[in-house]
Amino acid sequence: MTKLLELQGVSKTYGKNTVALSEINFSVNEGEFVSVIGPSGAGKSTLLRCINRMIDSTSGEINFDGQAVQKLNKKALRQFRTKIGMIFQHYNLVDRLTVFENVLHGRLGYKSTLAGAFGFYTDEEKRQALELLSILGLESQVYKRCDQLSGGQKQRVGIARALVQKPKLLLCDEPIASLDPNASKVIMDYLQTICKSMGITVMVNLHQVDVALKYSDRVIGISKGEVVYQGDPRFMKEEEIHHIYGSEAGELIFNLSEESHYVG
Amino acid sequence: MLDNFFLRKRLKLSLLIVLILAITYGAILIAEYDIIKGFTSIPEAFVWGVQNFYPDANAFSRLPNILNKLIETVLISVASASTAAILAFLFAILGSHTTRINGFFASISRLFATLFRNIDVAVWSMILLFSFGQSALTGYFALFFVSFGFLTRAFTETIDEVSNDSVEALRATGASYISTITNAVVPSSAPQLISWLLFMIETNIRSATLVGILTGTGIGFLFDLYYKSLDYHSASLVVIMVVIAILALEALSNFIRRVIL
Ligand SMILES: Nc1ncnc2c1ncn2[C@@H]1O[C@H](COP(=O)(O)OP(=O)(O)O)[C@@H](O)[C@H]1O
Ligand SMILES: [Mg+2]
Repeated sequence: MTKLLELQGVSKTYGKNTVALSEINFSVNEGEFVSVIGPSGAGKSTLLRCINRMIDSTSGEINFDGQAVQKLNKKALRQFRTKIGMIFQHYNLVDRLTVFENVLHGRLGYKSTLAGAFGFYTDEEKRQALELLSILGLESQVYKRCDQLSGGQKQRVGIARALVQKPKLLLCDEPIASLDPNASKVIMDYLQTICKSMGITVMVNLHQVDVALKYSDRVIGISKGEVVYQGDPRFMKEEEIHHIYGSEAGELIFNLSEESHYVG
Repeated sequence: MLDNFFLRKRLKLSLLIVLILAITYGAILIAEYDIIKGFTSIPEAFVWGVQNFYPDANAFSRLPNILNKLIETVLISVASASTAAILAFLFAILGSHTTRINGFFASISRLFATLFRNIDVAVWSMILLFSFGQSALTGYFALFFVSFGFLTRAFTETIDEVSNDSVEALRATGASYISTITNAVVPSSAPQLISWLLFMIETNIRSATLVGILTGTGIGFLFDLYYKSLDYHSASLVVIMVVIAILALEALSNFIRRVIL
């Protein structure tokens, strides 16, 4: 298996004193589905944003697809970001624009400033956008404004926008934290399909331990900015989960039944 | 203990009221303002208004001239607000937390906005009178500066409020800075920006009358002229026309708001 992403000793300090990440080491293989779990404020969002340099890490090395991420100049950074799709808890769509326009925004990274500024898209790009929307079950919403959609539909638009980038990696920051259980399942199932059948590597921050255990090939546990667990969810023990969350047995709601370990 | 707490609160409130009354009384004494005469003269003023301050036939013969100046005033208000809006948008982009390039430009933008907004339109008129003399340009620039200050502030806050999340998403796709502005910031904030612009135009028409009196241009100049020549009938027609213009514009902008928002 080839390594797609590797972090070595990555740290991030906000201001002078807030240590959000300290000495993070891990790597992600191509085609892997990795979940990052940990309590609020552990540094999960910061970690994802350091990977695509929405936030600049303070020290350490990040390698993605053979590139040293921190050394990229402005132009190379734009090019690099096209290879990574990002999905957000609050969808981050332009609500007043249509579904179609929002999905096409995923192509802006490939465009010259002029073509991008005026939103000139090729027929091929439009065709791809429509194809993705139909795969995600949104063919009847194409010309609707995004503020008329449900949360689950908005998140699928967010996924389509990320996929139209033709990314190698999807970074998902709590993609189901604002969704009801049904919509959550739909979104997680899509992410799984994207990973397994399109071969796109998925890295997802999650609040729900059960979901992380059910869908991932690997779980990374973060606590207070440090990686405190890494491993296959099938062999994860209850104490290890409590260690990540700094809790005592019986304080957390999750279910380590056999069934939840099945993928799919 | 508990009684004491409420007693203290009541005591504080009473002290505050006494303080306010004392300040009011002090101000009246210093200004030598006769409060009783002030209020009793309201009916008198009203009677004078009914007897003199209405348009007569002679006043209506001046209507074409009045309309002419009114249109000039409206156009200056629209022009000053619109051109100020363009500059304000650029400054707001630099000043907003979401879209700023760096802290230096952001501070400059905020400083300009504060400076221009907090100098009153009357003060600007007086300052500009020295440079441009009594011309329409003076009025235009006085309104332009105040509009620029106000709109920069309003636009900055709108952009901060409206486009934070989508800007993050577009930056993450690798979109260029300009693409992010045109594809995320503009569509998200446009209706609110236009709404602020309409508000500014309304405000400018109100101030334009005052500016006109000070700078000797537009409808304000005409009012001043009639008023000083004791032609109260014509002066009243000017006031009525200004009120009608303001109401019409407000109705129009409310209609536009309903359509775009
Ligand atoms: N922009 C910021 N400025 C300062 N501190 C921040 C900023 N963003 C996050 N932090 C701090 O960094 C730590 C990690 O935050 P975050 O990555 O958002 O955690 P999580 O996503 O796991 O909840 C927290 O202590 C948070 O307060
Ligand atoms: Mg977070």
